[in-house]
Amino acid sequence: MDELAIQIILGISVASVPLIFAAIGELVVERSGVLNLGVEGMMIMGAIIGLVVQYHTGSGLLSVIAAMAAGMLMASIFAFLTQLFLTNHVATGLALTLFGLGVAAFIGKNYSDITVTRISALHIPWFSDLPVIGSLVFGYDPLFYLAILMVFLVWWFLFKTKRGLILRAIGDNHDAAHAIGHQVIRYRVLAILFGGGMAGIGGAYLSLVQVPMWVEGMSAGRGWIAIALVVFASWQPFKVIVGALIFGGISILQLHAQAFGVYIPAQYLSMLPYLMTIIVLVSLRIGSKSNTNRTMPNCLGKVFHSTS
Amino acid sequence: MINIEQRTDSSAKMVILAPILALTLTAISTMIIFLWASLDVMNAFYVFYIEPLTGKYNLSELLVKAAPLMMIALGLSIGFRAGVWNIGAEGQYIIGAISGGAVGLYYYNVEATWLIPLMAFAAVLGGMGYAGIAAFLRTRFQVNEILVTLMLTYVAILFLSAMVFGPLRNPDGFNFPESRIFHDSATLPIIWQGTRAHIGFIIALLFAGVTWFITKKHMFGMQIKISGSAPRAARFAGFNENKTIWYTLLISGGLAGLAGLFEAAGPVGQLVPHLPVGYGFTAIIVAFLARLHPIGIVFTSLLIALTYMGGENAQITLQLPSSITSVFQGMLLFYFLACNVLIEHKVAFSFNWSK
Repeated sequence: MDELAIQIILGISVASVPLIFAAIGELVVERSGVLNLGVEGMMIMGAIIGLVVQYHTGSGLLSVIAAMAAGMLMASIFAFLTQLFLTNHVATGLALTLFGLGVAAFIGKNYSDITVTRISALHIPWFSDLPVIGSLVFGYDPLFYLAILMVFLVWWFLFKTKRGLILRAIGDNHDAAHAIGHQVIRYRVLAILFGGGMAGIGGAYLSLVQVPMWVEGMSAGRGWIAIALVVFASWQPFKVIVGALIFGGISILQLHAQAFGVYIPAQYLSMLPYLMTIIVLVSLRIGSKSNTNRTMPNCLGKVFHSTS
Repeated sequence: MINIEQRTDSSAKMVILAPILALTLTAISTMIIFLWASLDVMNAFYVFYIEPLTGKYNLSELLVKAAPLMMIALGLSIGFRAGVWNIGAEGQYIIGAISGGAVGLYYYNVEATWLIPLMAFAAVLGGMGYAGIAAFLRTRFQVNEILVTLMLTYVAILFLSAMVFGPLRNPDGFNFPESRIFHDSATLPIIWQGTRAHIGFIIALLFAGVTWFITKKHMFGMQIKISGSAPRAARFAGFNENKTIWYTLLISGGLAGLAGLFEAAGPVGQLVPHLPVGYGFTAIIVAFLARLHPIGIVFTSLLIALTYMGGENAQITLQLPSSITSVFQGMLLFYFLACNVLIEHKVAFSFNWSK
């Protein structure tokens, strides 16, 4: 395999990691029946907090943990409002996104001219030195492997554990789940926090691995694409990886298009990931026969209020 | 424990009290942020909340900023009532500015009174067409309009950039990415001499009246309200769900498009890449703060315009980044959403230790 092909495959993988993190978190949230549209805001907070901690401590591990905590803190605002104060999920999620973009820009003002140390790829003795496979399979940063691991863990949790079953039941019918004694609010709050943590790590991946610096609004709609990915994946964990690779692929091909002799203004190429999101959502509906999405959690976005 | 109990009827007292409580909490939180940024709190408070209300310049700029917010929020509020979530007004605003602006630029050497109305017409069509994509995909393929309108916003931002770098670039502009400056016939009339306050504010007020009439007095208002709160009942009543989606998206898209043109042909005066400043997103907050009420939107758009002015003042005199505005706007909406629970619910704090 030639060098360019390897570079492209590596690029696609790296581009898809933040989407995998954010989408797998949102998938669990939505499976519990909550629609959190604040992913973009939680991601950008993860990006800036991760960068700030990396700049001051130089510890990659600490910065990723801090980014996760930042995402969870943001998510806790959402959880508090939607679960305790019964606010509308859509409005609260939007507020969270606007708030997050604002706070991140506010913090980021003092960090706009610096670069930080990139979280570097692992080097596993012998394995990473293998030709082709060495860089394609064993040549990534630790977060890449964590992303794949999280997808497995979420699949295992949702479909192989009792608590996962309860979480899905709550998402499908919170009143029935409540009636047989399950803690609807507790499950949902934990799911929302998990979603926030994952979005935070996804954001940190942008500012610590992809581009080790702060650019205002650097999440550039990836939080929203992640939400679209959950729909694309029909709420199935493994399909998230497929979707993320498609989007990662488009954003990388757009960078390499000029190299292949495609001469159209850069702006039109940059539109591709967003247009692709729409096209994928449409083609998904063309492919399915029924009018409603059968895998969608029935209580998605509905406010739960126990009367007893 | 906090005990939340549904009221049988929404509390009239709380409809007034909830926003006041939310404002108070936001003011307290901002003071805490000022303290944390080690600023003189009283001075910062003055700069942020009082100064924008003083003097000709500040007051006129308040109108300049409230006009697009009001116009977009009025359109969005109609859709939100029906449960149609047009989140991409920012995109429709941009497309409106481009299509209306392109007409103005095409007739750049024509002096005529029909030019502005023609530009406005093109802008409304542009905004409607752009929102219409979401309506088509939602009604034909059941694709979620939130995601479509949002993705199209990113596309619109890039399209504006492509336009001002390409076909609409000023041919005598030394290759700067901006259009020609709109000539007098292609610029909005000023309503307050010596300021940038333009006719758009008056038009927005007119739209507030029209929206109030439609939502409160007209059958269509009834239809969208029921479609939003009880979709099944709406279907039994014979209301066509697809029609509601089309109408609400076209109305909100058209108004956003018009707001975009008014910004380009008003205070900005040309097409530039930084034309979109987030009014389309902020208008969502404006609509919610007003609880989707058209007359309420008149006031909340002025209130949010105040936070923009406050943010600009804070940037100049206190050296705070302008993004503080979005922080405060987000916070205000959080508090407001939380306080809203008081309108529909009774909240009792009980301390039952035995439980």
